[in-house]
Amino acid sequence: MSLGPGLRYLPAVASLKLDIEACTGCGTCVEVCPHAVFDISDRKASIKDLDACMECGACSRNCPARALAVSAGVGCAQAIFNSMLTGGPPDCGCGSDQGSSCCS
Amino acid sequence: MIEPVLTAPPPTGWDALRGVLSRWGLGRNRYRVKPGLYGLGSPGPDAPVLVTANYKLSFDAVRRAMAGRDLWLLVLDTVGINVWCAAGKGTFGTDELVIRVRSVGLGDKVRHRVLILPQLGAVGVAGFEVAKRTGFKVVYGPVRVEALPAFLDRGMKALPEMRRVAFPLSERLMLAPLEFLQALRYFAVFLGLAAVWTLGRGGSASDLASAAWPLLGSVVAGTVVVPGLLPWVPFRSFALKGWLVGLAWAGFVCWAKPAGLRMAGGQLLLLPAVSAFLALNFTGASTFTSQNGVNREIGLFARPMAASALAGAVLLILHGVRR
Repeated sequence: MSLGPGLRYLPAVASLKLDIEACTGCGTCVEVCPHAVFDISDRKASIKDLDACMECGACSRNCPARALAVSAGVGCAQAIFNSMLTGGPPDCGCGSDQGSSCCS
Repeated sequence: MIEPVLTAPPPTGWDALRGVLSRWGLGRNRYRVKPGLYGLGSPGPDAPVLVTANYKLSFDAVRRAMAGRDLWLLVLDTVGINVWCAAGKGTFGTDELVIRVRSVGLGDKVRHRVLILPQLGAVGVAGFEVAKRTGFKVVYGPVRVEALPAFLDRGMKALPEMRRVAFPLSERLMLAPLEFLQALRYFAVFLGLAAVWTLGRGGSASDLASAAWPLLGSVVAGTVVVPGLLPWVPFRSFALKGWLVGLAWAGFVCWAKPAGLRMAGGQLLLLPAVSAFLALNFTGASTFTSQNGVNREIGLFARPMAASALAGAVLLILHGVRR
């Protein structure tokens, strides 16, 4: 199952950056990315679908070469409104449901 | 001091009920299992080690999917929160995993050196760092636990589809009632104020109802219709999706119960803004929105939405006063 064509979020906002020099082509990013953002060819990773990135941060956290950077966070309006009110980091106080989504 | 291997009684009908309640936010904080190492079936030193959260729904989902197999289940202390959310908060994280591997003496229980984590745990766990600190290699299994048996049977190789997060209609419709109930809290406040206003001015209960149903509809538009029809409503922005569906609803309200220009203007300004705000809130339940994207939406639409709602509310109040 993939998201399908109707479920795409805003284009050209994701903060994901790949340092191609540092990349060793290990393929961990391909493995952990839940939205198939990466591809490996010629022993280097490439970002083939930047707009699918939800900035979860799994790739950068698991990159042994530290070749990936992303401002990871929750894509949750309530969390961002909360942080505007409290001045703290975006936090939605989530924890329910069947483990595939947050904040409800 | 090595912690003993834990056992958990099989899930009962009562567990199933509590699971449903906890999804709806009732008793969620008490729906936990004790963190530690559990044996499913009768695992030996070569049995695989799965890692999960101490949210009981997650724990039971693994047990159900793995029924009939002999495995170790290492349960991290995520304060009763599911894997993805806990990983985002860092409680399903590198440090907790390293500490737990040591405190249960996992190195003496198994001969191999492999931990199988849910893929979404990667948000909080750095696999290479766990390997460095414990000697256990982290292997990320599929996103969904239902695919775990196939993943194991294929020699711990995931098909590309097992690595993708989806957001099917069934899942969206499971979340919609919860969104609706949460929004109802705000609606109840409105209803209270409207009741004081209407009845205080000698209005009847039916006056109150006719003031309330258009707004209730815009709540349904933002919390049920947009989630349900998410892929088919135009625009990528959740706020715009909500605004559009709310506008259609407001148009219907004006057509069904014409009450002058001021009333129509008020409905057309207020109702879509309410739906837009509620639909924007659904970004938190979705599985593909990014923080920078939501920030962009808020930057673009929060002020116009608030202004529209305020102007609409003023028009509706004027309409009520002049009547």
